[in-house]
Amino acid sequence: MVRWTDTERKHITTIWSHVDQEQAGHEALTRLLVVYPWTQRYFKKFGNLGNASAIAGNSHVRNHGKTVMGAVDLAIHNLDHVADTYTKLSILHSDTLHVDPHNFRLLSNCLSIVLAKFFPGEFNASVQASWQKLLDVICSALSKKYH
Amino acid sequence: MLSAAEKALISSIWQKAAPNSEQLGFEALQRMLIVFPQTKTYFKHMDLSKGSADIRKHGAKVIQAIGEAALDIDNMASTLSNLSSLHAYNLRVDPVNFSFLSHSVLVVLASHLSEDFTPEAHAAFDKFLAAVAAILSEKYR
Repeated sequence: MVRWTDTERKHITTIWSHVDQEQAGHEALTRLLVVYPWTQRYFKKFGNLGNASAIAGNSHVRNHGKTVMGAVDLAIHNLDHVADTYTKLSILHSDTLHVDPHNFRLLSNCLSIVLAKFFPGEFNASVQASWQKLLDVICSALSKKYH
Repeated sequence: MLSAAEKALISSIWQKAAPNSEQLGFEALQRMLIVFPQTKTYFKHMDLSKGSADIRKHGAKVIQAIGEAALDIDNMASTLSNLSSLHAYNLRVDPVNFSFLSHSVLVVLASHLSEDFTPEAHAAFDKFLAAVAAILSEKYR
């Protein structure tokens, strides 16, 4: 079981309470698709992802960003049992979506960068470390049901 | 490799970062050591207390090398040749750590440059840092 210190919990929930989830999700997913264009392989149904502005303007990308942040929100509200909370999501990503788990790491990196951009003062090194732990836990939980 | 557009983005980002480069280098190194604590294993000879002069000094050194590469991208391999030998034969830092430092640099650029650090600039700089890492690793074996 993952052990969280009070400080880590505070770092996570305080930042999260300031996050505009739609905006953060949109920007993180946009960056994933722009910075690591091979990730577009999972989003053929999204239509035009031909360049950075097409990606940023794509409504499927915006909607999916919201979905992803919804899952992050779920993890944050279930910090003591993220793996269990994510069982169905993990099975989905493994058996239905067939997503290489490394992509979870790539999206996590983009989210950290977006948080640093939105909260330059607040997202200091210690806060970033707490978030890195959360993102590692999320990536691990999403990978858990792969076989 | 790096397109003309990407090189232009990298130069533009570096121009904005350069006046404050020592601070950025310090912050990137500091973040790396705290967020990825396994990287501390390479710095047992340094004072790793938060904000130490050693971290400041080393951060400045690292960012200066990155800056030299950014200023002459077409000759990066030659600019970084001595550093490449150093990392291969002397320091032998496992190359996975270059990506932890690269990520930390990107985080710092995002926090300082804000809207100037567009997705396209982020992509170009990430590619650039990966190219730097590749050069630093190329003599390893």
